[in-house]
Amino acid sequence: MTLVHELDYGTPAKASAQSVTLEIDGRAITVPAGTSIMRAAREAGVGVPKLCASDMLEAFGSCRLCLVEIEGRPGTPASCTTPVSPGMRVATQTPLLKDLRRGVMELYISDHPLDCLTCPTNGDCELQDMAGAVGLRDVRYGYAGENHLDAPKDESNPYFTFDGSKCIVCSRCVRACEEVQGTFALTIDGRGFDSKVVAGANESFFDSECVSCGACVQACPTATLSEKSLIEIGTPEHSVVTTCAYCGVGCSFKAEMRGEEVVRMVPHKDGKANRGHSCVKGRFAWGYATHKERILKPMIRAKISDPWREVSWEEAIAYSASELKRIQAKYGKGAVGGVTSSRCTNEETYLVQKLVRAGFGVNNVDTCARVCHSPTGYGLKTTFGTSAGTQDFDSVEQTDVIILIGANPTDAHPVFASRMKKRLREGAKLIVVDPRRIDLVRTPHVEAAHHLPLLPGTNVAVLTALAHVIVTEGLANEAFVRERCDWEAYEHWAAFVAEERWSPETLAQATGVAAADVRAAARLYAKGGNGAIYYGLGVTEHSQGTTTVMAIANLAMATGNLGRPGVGVNPLRGQNNVQGACDMGSFPHEFSGYRHVSDDAARAVFESLWKVKLDPEPGLRIPNMLDAAIDGSFKGIYIQGEDILQSDPNTKHVAEGLAAMECVIVHDLFLNETANYAHVFLPGSTFLEKDGTFTNAERRIQRVRRVMRPRNGYADWEITQLLSNALGYPMTYAHPSQIMDEIAATTPTFAGVSYARLDELGSVQWPCNEKAPEGTPVMHIGQFVIGRGRFMLTEYVPTDERTGPRFPLLLTTGRILSQYNVGAQTRRTANVAWHEEDMLEIHPHDAEQRGLKEGDWVKLASRAGETTLRCTVTDRVAPGVVYTTFHHPDTQANVVTTEYSDWATNCPEYKVTAVQVSPSNGPTKWQEEYEAQAERSRRVALAPAT
Amino acid sequence: MDSAKLVYMANQIGKFFAAQGEEAVVAGVADHLKKFWDPRMRAQILAHLKAGGAGLDPHVRAALERLAL
Repeated sequence: MTLVHELDYGTPAKASAQSVTLEIDGRAITVPAGTSIMRAAREAGVGVPKLCASDMLEAFGSCRLCLVEIEGRPGTPASCTTPVSPGMRVATQTPLLKDLRRGVMELYISDHPLDCLTCPTNGDCELQDMAGAVGLRDVRYGYAGENHLDAPKDESNPYFTFDGSKCIVCSRCVRACEEVQGTFALTIDGRGFDSKVVAGANESFFDSECVSCGACVQACPTATLSEKSLIEIGTPEHSVVTTCAYCGVGCSFKAEMRGEEVVRMVPHKDGKANRGHSCVKGRFAWGYATHKERILKPMIRAKISDPWREVSWEEAIAYSASELKRIQAKYGKGAVGGVTSSRCTNEETYLVQKLVRAGFGVNNVDTCARVCHSPTGYGLKTTFGTSAGTQDFDSVEQTDVIILIGANPTDAHPVFASRMKKRLREGAKLIVVDPRRIDLVRTPHVEAAHHLPLLPGTNVAVLTALAHVIVTEGLANEAFVRERCDWEAYEHWAAFVAEERWSPETLAQATGVAAADVRAAARLYAKGGNGAIYYGLGVTEHSQGTTTVMAIANLAMATGNLGRPGVGVNPLRGQNNVQGACDMGSFPHEFSGYRHVSDDAARAVFESLWKVKLDPEPGLRIPNMLDAAIDGSFKGIYIQGEDILQSDPNTKHVAEGLAAMECVIVHDLFLNETANYAHVFLPGSTFLEKDGTFTNAERRIQRVRRVMRPRNGYADWEITQLLSNALGYPMTYAHPSQIMDEIAATTPTFAGVSYARLDELGSVQWPCNEKAPEGTPVMHIGQFVIGRGRFMLTEYVPTDERTGPRFPLLLTTGRILSQYNVGAQTRRTANVAWHEEDMLEIHPHDAEQRGLKEGDWVKLASRAGETTLRCTVTDRVAPGVVYTTFHHPDTQANVVTTEYSDWATNCPEYKVTAVQVSPSNGPTKWQEEYEAQAERSRRVALAPAT
Repeated sequence: MDSAKLVYMANQIGKFFAAQGEEAVVAGVADHLKKFWDPRMRAQILAHLKAGGAGLDPHVRAALERLAL
């Protein structure tokens, strides 16, 4: 293995229908019009020296190293800023150019430490490379003059260091922060010799607006910005391309290694989801893999009040199998089930659902999508015919109007947010529909055209009001509807939304949104060019989550915003492989590829291959499993990579359900909260330790590649296989590629997927089959999967979770940039520096009424329970609305969320809970009891002396 | 499982399908319950129906009667 070196073409690729042929150093090259000479030269195999240029950034033309001579033109223009023209004849190496470049390099080096041997980027430094490339042999000015060698270091960021003494003020970091990340946290302060890079208003990196995405570190051509891990370990010796295990963007990374030690994770430019960018989680927060709290040995206990006992893998697997068999023999086959993990690979989730269906003989399998995007699956399948988003991420580059509903991409999908911000800076318009003033409402160089700050729980009303305006003002694209959709259903729908009760004026009081804003937003979306809708859990996690998804689909169909780049309906999926987990048949009612278990033909495919009779009836969903456990008919569960106690609603109810079971098998990296109620703990492996694939929010299937041996001994798919074999259902896979081959053989949308194909193409978006051998970036071109698009009527049914005198505020929950989901991984990294506790956002008016000040401890109480946390007073939330995150188990935000759920899928209504907030001086009784119980539960018995 | 919870869930489903039109509601609710509810949940709500069906909305009751056939 060697390091994966990606060629830097110096300036970004240009798209143009016109091509230009020119000659560079005697070589003819044809490139798209608008391409720089520097890039054309690189494509012709000629590397022009450069320092301030990078193909991740627009040309800047400051370093004066990339000068060239052009026949018939005076002077020595910079090749990065000079576009090609037909017939141009360029020389990149002449006596004049050599002298000029050497002179430039002398100036740089005269003010740069000559400590290459002890420098962290020795051997991986562009300044060093360029000194070599221009033949620099001495510095005529000497080194004694005024210089910056004493410039201070900024080590405030937990992950990287800024060493001002090594800075050449090329502005790459500043431009990366602006152009790639879109945060504008860095600038050049001062002029001439005094110029220097500063963060924020001359603050430390940590105190500034820097979001620690790493784009500046990646852009730096010297050791000025270096990863602390690189400084500590040394330069890597090989790298492996793999996929991030955090959010649904699915960033491609080069894991740069020294032996089995990760030196750094560097975003892969060829990654089609992230295009070379990253966020603070994927780029830096991988240290949990070696965290001291990781459990590496299997453990069992007879009762959850017992301490854990470390055992061999053989004993743990045999015990698990015997318990599951015992339970089925005593209580019936349907008394057990399993939960697949959206953090594990496609192959692993496929195997868990196979184990449940074929090994356990039941369909009681579910996944965390139950509590996030299950309404997306139901809603989009009903309207379009496929349970997935319609576009690729590149599509946003052709979007003119973005509607963003119930999603906060700068925190939850930061790399895609950067791409979105780039498009907005180019002039696209943004409509934000969200109770909170999320960052994208107003952020540097981005301002939403409209923010509709609706009351939590009124999504359907607002979307139907938008539809009302589109229909009654004659803004619908009837030509598209007639050609592509069920016209009769459209007419029925159009008559429905045209009713006066759906007018923005009628609904304004219920939704809290001014009618004029709704009308303006509807007009903009319908007639503003390519309109794309992006949405998140603020849409799905409601009692009408599925109806809201259908309302979104209706809007897109009515305006013709489907079936081409730049438009579409785009669910931003939460976890790294939540799309894949759904695709792989993790729901109790359907097999991989979204085929219902009652479908005889689909069932026959699996029965033939798996050599077992399968149940044609749907199984239990997670909340049903918990209810059934309390009821006494469900007694055993195998949970892979999911912490339902912390992530699912109404924690007390989840705890009651788990406590009622006789065998809870938790398969995870850490003793999570669910493990407090477990009888078996099977230690899991991280994404760094196994092979497989993840599927991101744009249906893109990407390889996960093992970079180190599993510290726990086995990859997760091997553990599931061990359990299956112990149960008497044989599995004999030798490698995950064989599991993918089985997925392809059984799942029409994956028929063309194999590891060889993925290696060849880099990644592929399903459907990938005979009709689409290279995958499907944009769906529903020409025709919907369902045939004709189906409009659904979206009656607004207010949630039964209402405010009143006891609980006068509405709580909504969400995520923050530095933390991920229940925080099991990110809490075990330095990311806690940014978010060490969950905070309650409360409006100044509501805070004043309660006598609360910034940082005060408050009690947050609902009908379900109560907890305490500190508050932050902010007008980011509207009066009457409070907000918190759910990343920390000592807060347990889900103690207060209720069991109200989506009508179609039982997706919990996390986004609407009636609460009261009051001053507090300490944890609640429940918190104290929980902490004590958790501590007792995590005891591990000492091994007997041998 | 708690019958009251099942009744609440079934009525939620009924409210969605009621909006799709009179002719769709009974078939829609019955089809949804058949496709997405585990047999023990269906059995329990059918037992509740048999015991009088307290709390069930009329459309949902009709759908359950169809399922019971």
